Amino acid sequence: MAAKIISLNLKVWRQNGPDKKGALENYRLENISIDMSFLEMIDVLNEKLTVEGKEPVAFDHDCREGICGMCGAVVDGIAHGPEKETTLCQLHMRHFQDGQTLTIEPFRAKAFPVIKDLVVDRSSLDIIIQAGGFISVNTGSAPDANGIPVPQHKAEQAMDAAACIGCGACVAACPNAAAMLFVSAKISQLALLPQGAPEREKRALSMVQAMDKEGFGNCTNERECEAVCPKGISIRNIARLNREFLRASLLSDEQG
Amino acid sequence: MQLDAKIPEGPLSEKWDRRRFENRLVNPANKRKYEILVVGTGLAGASAAATLGELGYNVKAFCIQDSPRRAHSIAAQGGINAAKNYQNDGDSIFRLFYDTIKGGDFRSREANVYRLAQVSNNIIDQCVAQGVPFAREYGGTLANRSFGGAQVSRTFYARGQTGQQLLFGAYSAMMRQVAAGKVTLFPRREMMDLVVIDGKAKGIVCRNLVTGRLERYCGNAVVLATGGYGNTYFLSTNAMASNVTAAWRAYKRGAGFANPSFVQIHPTCIPVHGDYQSKLTLMSESLRNDGRVWVPKNSGETRDPVDIPEEDRDYYLERKYPSFGNLVPRDVASRNAKEVCDQGRGVGETGLAVYLDFRDAITRDGHDVIMRKYGNLFHMYEKITAQDPSCRPMMIYPAVHYTMGGLWVDYNLMSTVPGLFVLGEANFSDHGANRLGASALMQGLADGYFVLPYTICDYLAETGYNMHDTNHDAYTVAEEHVVQHIDALMKNRAAGKKGLQTVDDLHRRLGRILWDHCGMARNRDGLARALALIPELRQEFWDRVTVPGSGQELNQALERAGRVADFMEFAEIMVQDALAREESCGCHLREESQTEEHEALRDDANYAHVAVFEYKGEGKEAALHKEPLVFENVTPTQRSYK
Ligand SMILES: Cc1cc2nc3c(=O)[nH]c(=O)nc-3n(C[C@H](O)[C@H](O)[C@H](O)COP(=O)(O)OP(=O)(O)OC[C@H]3O[C@@H](n4cnc5c(N)ncnc54)[C@H](O)[C@@H]3O)c2cc1C
Ligand code: FES
Repeated sequence: MAAKIISLNLKVWRQNGPDKKGALENYRLENISIDMSFLEMIDVLNEKLTVEGKEPVAFDHDCREGICGMCGAVVDGIAHGPEKETTLCQLHMRHFQDGQTLTIEPFRAKAFPVIKDLVVDRSSLDIIIQAGGFISVNTGSAPDANGIPVPQHKAEQAMDAAACIGCGACVAACPNAAAMLFVSAKISQLALLPQGAPEREKRALSMVQAMDKEGFGNCTNERECEAVCPKGISIRNIARLNREFLRASLLSDEQG
Repeated sequence: MQLDAKIPEGPLSEKWDRRRFENRLVNPANKRKYEILVVGTGLAGASAAATLGELGYNVKAFCIQDSPRRAHSIAAQGGINAAKNYQNDGDSIFRLFYDTIKGGDFRSREANVYRLAQVSNNIIDQCVAQGVPFAREYGGTLANRSFGGAQVSRTFYARGQTGQQLLFGAYSAMMRQVAAGKVTLFPRREMMDLVVIDGKAKGIVCRNLVTGRLERYCGNAVVLATGGYGNTYFLSTNAMASNVTAAWRAYKRGAGFANPSFVQIHPTCIPVHGDYQSKLTLMSESLRNDGRVWVPKNSGETRDPVDIPEEDRDYYLERKYPSFGNLVPRDVASRNAKEVCDQGRGVGETGLAVYLDFRDAITRDGHDVIMRKYGNLFHMYEKITAQDPSCRPMMIYPAVHYTMGGLWVDYNLMSTVPGLFVLGEANFSDHGANRLGASALMQGLADGYFVLPYTICDYLAETGYNMHDTNHDAYTVAEEHVVQHIDALMKNRAAGKKGLQTVDDLHRRLGRILWDHCGMARNRDGLARALALIPELRQEFWDRVTVPGSGQELNQALERAGRVADFMEFAEIMVQDALAREESCGCHLREESQTEEHEALRDDANYAHVAVFEYKGEGKEAALHKEPLVFENVTPTQRSYK
């Protein structure tokens, strides 16, 4: 059996503020239990730095269960690290070797400015949702829930798309820093459900427009987004987004 | 402190109608003149902000995370209850009401719980209309599952991600109001103080977590939806940023704190495995629908679980509670797990775990069916433990999960500070001494979508829309207070003291004290001991805590230090409450008060009340007040799940 304790050499991106210059700094960590999560390993580093009178590494996290989408960093060039369909907080140290060197950097994209160390500003994703990632139904005006039957397979497909946690790894992994996977997941969820139908065209057009405006790039079918997505969101959603967008453009032309 | 619950007159089923009729209304044209501050954007806060925006009020919404979509509510797995009776299995509003009040061991208000059951159905309608992808039957109708503490199937779910999907629904509705200009978002903000002017809640002071600057916001009312305080114990299933700070600072400004010792310890969590551990992971209770809980019959068992034959296994919940079996309420399941581990029959490396076994369910329904129901949970378990629950039983152990206690509110969800409303897990309102599964999501959304928007109106109509601006003295005083608090946290390191300790170290020690003495089973001596230890540790915290960096920047250690400082104070009323309540009820087991079979023994003659603590000043003991609970529609019985 492999040792339960490993040592690591870390190269961590340190940057003191949005306008400051950043650089990789080296740290050595001993006695890392392989049952730790990646974030717990950074906790250990931070405790050590704090006790040594240095500044701990700033990083975003909250649920530590792979669901809130708050955590995320690029580990050895891969957003959320080497394990497939795994957020950084659910990545465990048993997947690393004793003595390994790891490079940890923030998610990088034009639309995600660095705030500090590994913390980036992803508020552009919220702005895209504001553009149409909803169904316009005021509280109190809904019909009986079973009045809107949804075929089981449609509900399942909608749920597959709705599983997106909005972490932004797709953007960080894309050479064009595109947000297509994120946007397509929301558009697909709502396009697959009958409730989403009335605003279908408007939604597709305005969310895509917001995405462009926020400085995200274009999709050139690199598929890097799908490869790093911790929730396994499929690029089939991007194909659906393209269809939805085309359909909406045609319809809006027709309707003048 | 006056505790008037303001419960409407009349029969139970008409009370809510009556209140809605009695309430004054704000003229639609005037709504836009009001400003409402909503702190917290979990299910409770986001649903409230969205609905208030739709009604025409101006809302400012604050949260700690970088986006409202990440609130702790997102982690809820199992589902949300409603009395739809879609399964035709005998459910009704009264039954949901009865199950909830019984599950809470008769320590909540009849009127509140009944209203919760009444609006539960509207919630499901609303969420479906928003596009929440609930599980469906082949015919396209909604699917249900059963959950602990109920014998009907009334839980709606979206795989194991119900909280996420409900939150996205509320978040999207709120984002729609952001786009409409009715809601303004303030993410990465932490509320540091409540501003009270002429006895009414009028504003807040926040720390901008990116720049470190203190910011002042004023409004006609303040709504707290800041979640629960389970993290007082250091280890819990709560998200890392969950805290008591907003509620505690409101308490210090006059809001009563109700039943602080009512903390739910959830039976199905992944066991603790190391000192470095930062949080505990819940495995949804829905697993108990198909998983069977057991331990070896004999202590000292060394065989691999899959090699232990039937006759050497003790399915202790099925044995002791034949009618509810593995679906007994959480407090009962947790206590029994502790009991078998205390008998030396616990499993795993630490002996602090029991098995949750899917072997029989997989044989019965097939691997595919079980994976469709629980695939993502199995996946999560495997990621953390490197073991596959479809091949060998899960190991689980209880962990701190949910806090029934919270700021005291009346029937209108208003605290003892006029103009301060409290929603969701942050209030104490509906779950008594124990919450049933799938009812926190229900309560958060009931409060936010369907209760507060009606009740706040009455207050606003009464007080009018005139506001003080943020130059009022009260803001300056509150802000100075916050500055002093932050300076005090940073002073040890600045002074170059030696032998300092990190925030987490000190917090871990607080957690240990509480887990040992104010956890699953409590007794007079242990609680008294905790009451001696907590002030000592608090002193040590202020003398020894080291916080790196400065207050004028993004500083996560400082954020944590501020929250832990509040936990250190809050823990004391928690223990005081547990000590004063010399009965067992729900999650609160006083060892001095149990039946011969170790079931919780209530004392209705002396403790059928809500315990409410009032702040009396720095260093002074809190005053304990009581709101009597009156039962006119149900008869409190000794709970039995046999
Ligand atoms: C792992 C897990 C699974 C669960 N599963 C279920 C389930 O299946 N069914 C069920 O019914 N319940 C479940 N629960 C319970 C339920 O999720 C919570 O009780 C509920 O979501 C709480 O919602 P809330 O809106 O009150 O608060 P939260 O979702 O905790 O939101 C709190 C909000 O307040 C903000 N905030 C906090 N403090 C401050 C401050 N000082 N300043 C500014 N903002 C602040 C936060 O940023 C956040 O936006 C589960 C809980 C856990 C931990
Ligand atoms: S911390 Fe929530 S997804 Fe990683």
